Amino acid sequence: MSSETLLTVKNLEVTFNTPKGKVHAVRGVSFDLGRERLGIVGESGSGKSQTGRAILGLTAANGAITADKMQFRDVDLANLTPKQWRKVRGARISMIMQDPKYSLNPVMTIGDQIIEAYREHHKVNAKEARLRALEMLEAVKIRDPERVFNSYPHETSGGMGQRVMIAMMLIPDPELIIADEPTSALDVTVQLQVMAILDDLVRDRGMALIFISHDLQLISSFCDRVLVMYQGHVVEELRASELHNAKHPYTKGLLNCLPKMDGDHSDLPTLEREASWAEG
Amino acid sequence: MIEISKLNAWFDDNHVLKDVDISVPANGSFGLVGESGSGKSTVLRTVTGLVDDWEGTITVKGKKLGPKRDKDFYRLAQMVFQDPFGSLHPRHTIDRILTEPVNIHGLGNSDARVVEALTQVGLDNAFRFRYPHQLSGGQRQRVAIARALILEPKILLLDEPTSALDVSIQAEVLNLLGRLRRDLGLTYIMVSHDLAVVAHMCDDIAIMNHGRIVERATAEQLAEGTLEHPYSQQLYKAAGGYDRAVVDTFVDWD
Ligand SMILES: Nc1ncnc2c1ncn2[C@@H]1O[C@H](COP(=O)(O)OP(=O)(O)OP(=O)(O)O)[C@@H](O)[C@H]1O
Ligand SMILES: Nc1ncnc2c1ncn2[C@@H]1O[C@H](COP(=O)(O)OP(=O)(O)OP(=O)(O)O)[C@@H](O)[C@H]1O
Ligand SMILES: [Mg+2]
Ligand SMILES: [Mg+2]
Repeated sequence: MSSETLLTVKNLEVTFNTPKGKVHAVRGVSFDLGRERLGIVGESGSGKSQTGRAILGLTAANGAITADKMQFRDVDLANLTPKQWRKVRGARISMIMQDPKYSLNPVMTIGDQIIEAYREHHKVNAKEARLRALEMLEAVKIRDPERVFNSYPHETSGGMGQRVMIAMMLIPDPELIIADEPTSALDVTVQLQVMAILDDLVRDRGMALIFISHDLQLISSFCDRVLVMYQGHVVEELRASELHNAKHPYTKGLLNCLPKMDGDHSDLPTLEREASWAEG
Repeated sequence: MIEISKLNAWFDDNHVLKDVDISVPANGSFGLVGESGSGKSTVLRTVTGLVDDWEGTITVKGKKLGPKRDKDFYRLAQMVFQDPFGSLHPRHTIDRILTEPVNIHGLGNSDARVVEALTQVGLDNAFRFRYPHQLSGGQRQRVAIARALILEPKILLLDEPTSALDVSIQAEVLNLLGRLRRDLGLTYIMVSHDLAVVAHMCDDIAIMNHGRIVERATAEQLAEGTLEHPYSQQLYKAAGGYDRAVVDTFVDWD
């Protein structure tokens, strides 16, 4: 990791208005991000996705964001017009969403979708765009790019669809990718292959990556640094390789819950939540 | 308790199960793992009578199964489905979801049975008149298990019972399943893509690839990592987390 900071988030709060009252989804999250792989872990509903979406200005209409600072290089993300957002979102910062299948157009071939996306960002003729699109598919390790190019999203497996999504994200050469559970619907082996692609992008293109997942083991083996979230708070921040030395009882509790392949069949420890964790 | 031999199954021209043999003793727990699309769910669905085109023999508690399952079969064996959201009727209360199978089987005494089944899965009576969307993922999965238990089956066919859940809730559901097996003497076949989950829950494990069982192992062998088939070894390495060098050795199996 280089010491250069790409993104600074200070005291981010996301609150939703609902008929049943306010939902405080993100509570005072702060972090700096360099050219590195930052993991965000935590249980369902802890605010991982909403943290990612707030950075990209994608908070739902019933939500409100406040932050002391949200700075991405030369851009103040807290004060952008819709026109300025278009220059950042999808171009300099991309997000891979939790449900890849819904993000692809079901009635258009994969090749046509990539070409369309490519030509939005690059002034090239159709032939050139087609070549680039095939290159993109190769870059995400699709072995038979011609076949995938000509197929529709429903004709591809979950793993293929996810790789296609990543190929599309790469077109504008973003500086930061936010990947929200990009692999949880996949086979373990395909999951790791997709992560290797993201890993190479960080190394080869100097990209920064925010990797959101509830899988602690995956995050600790993949990322450089980890934020652990609980009920909207970051309760602990540590180097990924130090996750097994976590101090916070919540992080420790989550690690203990995992079944192990040690042949021990006795009951797993469960998590005893404490009210004080959410006071942060 | 369950003997499956030379099971083959097709969806139109797609031959999805190829000579699958599985044997589970009473009170045993058998784990099926393998890549996505390898046929794990199809094994369970064939046993419960949800697949039409199959050949081979399936014997459950000494009785050979024909093309159709009768009511007695469903009192003996129940399936818990892969998707906890899709498998509970969204506009029925938990009470109705649990009462229905009792009435279909004419068992009577449904009130006491519902309370009993909810207690078995650790949900108190307050949940009885809620709807599925008013429950957390783990609570919904408990309801799905309660619905399977309410007919007092001896066999549970569990299709990825925890893969949609958080690790902390997964631990609660796995402990629950372990306790039910001990207390009620149940027999399980459990499908998962998570090697650690089946190693923890099962005595015997089969690894599937492309409709075939490519390797069998005991939980002890898994713990030692003594797997021989290259696909099983790949699965075993993948379960160890992310390692760039290991990923480079992976082969595509499609
Ligand atoms: N539009 C909305 N209106 C009201 N509440 C919302 C809205 N979107 C999200 N929330 C709530 O915000 C909280 C945080 O949600 P978020 O999606 O960030 O969780 P998460 O950590 O990504 O969980 P998961 O692992 O399940 O994806 C949750 O309690 C969620 O119900
Ligand atoms: N109802 C169906 N109609 C046609 N084909 C089907 C049907 N159900 C499953 N298949 C096909 O049968 C094969 C085996 O599917 P199955 O659902 O048993 O796999 P699985 O091992 O459970 O995978 P996963 O881990 O993704 O749940 C796949 O190729 C699948 O596409
Ligand atoms: Mg999320
Ligand atoms: Mg399945």
